[in-house]
Amino acid sequence: MKPRTADKIATALIVFFALLIVAILIGLLGYILVRGLNHISWDFLTSAPQKIRAGGGVGPQLFNSIYLLVLTLIITVPLGLGAGIFMAEYARPGKLTNFIRLIVEVLSSFPSIVVGLFGLLLIVNTFDLGFSLVSGALALTFFNLPLMVRITEQAFRTVPKQQKEAGFALGLSKWKIVTNVLFPVALPTIITGTILSAGRVFGEAAALMFTAGMSSPRLDFSNWNPSSPTSPLNPFRPAETLAVHIWKINSEGLAPDAAQIAAGASAVLVITVLIFNLAARYFGRVIYRKLTASKRMS
Amino acid sequence: MRVEPKKNKIEKHHLEDFVGRAYMSFCVLLLIVIIVSMVYFVASKGISTFTSGDVKITEFLFGTKWSPEGDAPSYGAFPFIAGSFLVTLIAALIASPLSICAALFMTEIVPGWGKKLLQPVIELLSGIPSVVYGFVGLSVIVPFLRNTFPGQGIGVAAGALVLSVMILPTITSVAADALASLPQNLKESSFALGATRWQTIARVILPTTFPAIMTGVVLGMARAFGEALAVQMVIGNAPFVPKSLFESASTLTSVITLSMGNTTMGSPQNNALWSMALVLMLMTFVFVLLVRMLERRNKI
Repeated sequence: MKPRTADKIATALIVFFALLIVAILIGLLGYILVRGLNHISWDFLTSAPQKIRAGGGVGPQLFNSIYLLVLTLIITVPLGLGAGIFMAEYARPGKLTNFIRLIVEVLSSFPSIVVGLFGLLLIVNTFDLGFSLVSGALALTFFNLPLMVRITEQAFRTVPKQQKEAGFALGLSKWKIVTNVLFPVALPTIITGTILSAGRVFGEAAALMFTAGMSSPRLDFSNWNPSSPTSPLNPFRPAETLAVHIWKINSEGLAPDAAQIAAGASAVLVITVLIFNLAARYFGRVIYRKLTASKRMS
Repeated sequence: MRVEPKKNKIEKHHLEDFVGRAYMSFCVLLLIVIIVSMVYFVASKGISTFTSGDVKITEFLFGTKWSPEGDAPSYGAFPFIAGSFLVTLIAALIASPLSICAALFMTEIVPGWGKKLLQPVIELLSGIPSVVYGFVGLSVIVPFLRNTFPGQGIGVAAGALVLSVMILPTITSVAADALASLPQNLKESSFALGATRWQTIARVILPTTFPAIMTGVVLGMARAFGEALAVQMVIGNAPFVPKSLFESASTLTSVITLSMGNTTMGSPQNNALWSMALVLMLMTFVFVLLVRMLERRNKI
């Protein structure tokens, strides 16, 4: 074959496969949204699921997902920031640093089901927290922490070196430089990364089946006392999230409209992840503009 | 009133420095504690199958009969181990060429709008939750396979197809990074010799970036090996070594997902499930090791 013909064929193939991926995504999103959107209504988003009758909603599951996400971020963000800043600014190259880096790598590549099983063993059984929101949030912390560490470290590494040197030249302490000079510059990247990781946590199910549980008690949405067992805010109650719910009705759903509920819930999940993606982009840009245009440097 | 000599007083910024450093060390220490306890707990539970004398390690790894509820219970996990490796390999075989083409499209063919088009596509694909992939697989791929091929539709082929879409973004983004960081003059000298674009890609670009692209493939395989719910929904969960691609099978993750809730802690069956979790964990170490080896080769 002439080289020129081979070149043409190869180019055509590469373009075809690249466009095939675009087509896969359009097909996927189109299928989920077209099948799911006409099942989504205000009633579907707020009412409780039905076990064997048609017409159930995903209200409690949606609430659980969001609440669990908030709990997880409250735990992970400060810890991830601390460890990430340590890795970027304080850790000296050496055996210990390499070891910590290896740990972050291994922890982030553990299958989520192994993380869930570990949560079952340690948090649910040994610490006796039972199937609860707290157990779920802690399991998600194991899952999300390495990600936060990586995001923070990368964000701090992209800050220009001169900014740090200028701080040292002014005689600032290291802590002041980290918190008042480097942190504001790194913040847009950290926020973007955090929102993206939140999207991943929102769709996570395997780690939650064995920690947050696969059922939701009857919730009373007028009761906001966190210590009452029927209150939605009680962190020690079992909580089934939206992703776990989709898995459950697909594998053992008894309601006659299980397929529609799965379609509707999938659409809600995907739309939420899309919103997270767009929000990450938007906030990243807005905060970056604010922080870099303002005169407040120290 | 006595005035303290200034020397003994800790200055404010020293105190700040100390508190900040202590907090950050605590965070790092926590990471170490988490991983050590994770390895310890899963390993001690997983090994107890073999130390309690119920099951021999060879029977667990190579036995093909899984019937924990039979009169003479046997705990051969080979069908699940084989199933995991099978779907992972097939998924990687489907996804790798597609991803490499996508990466080439973004960096070599149309670097401008190709990146603008594919970057968001890759990000969106990686953001879609695994249960949604499972749901779409169950309602699109399974009926399609049932109508076009012999069998029930659920099975190894369905699992591998779903997984291949899930690992596309991982391989593509790693491969695209590798291609983009290639020194420009390598390509230019190849073009100067009169090589066509495809000759340059096949003889210069791909061989040079091979270790980096393989890193992406291994990362994708690690994700596929550990994926639980999407596979469980479409693979059929039969405890046999599959004889064809359209037969239902099981993976380590799908068995754990289905059975862990129905067994009592400490029973031989439950322990065998923990041994499977241990196998999953050991495979994660193998994948991380492979990635590290490839990265080292990539540096030279």
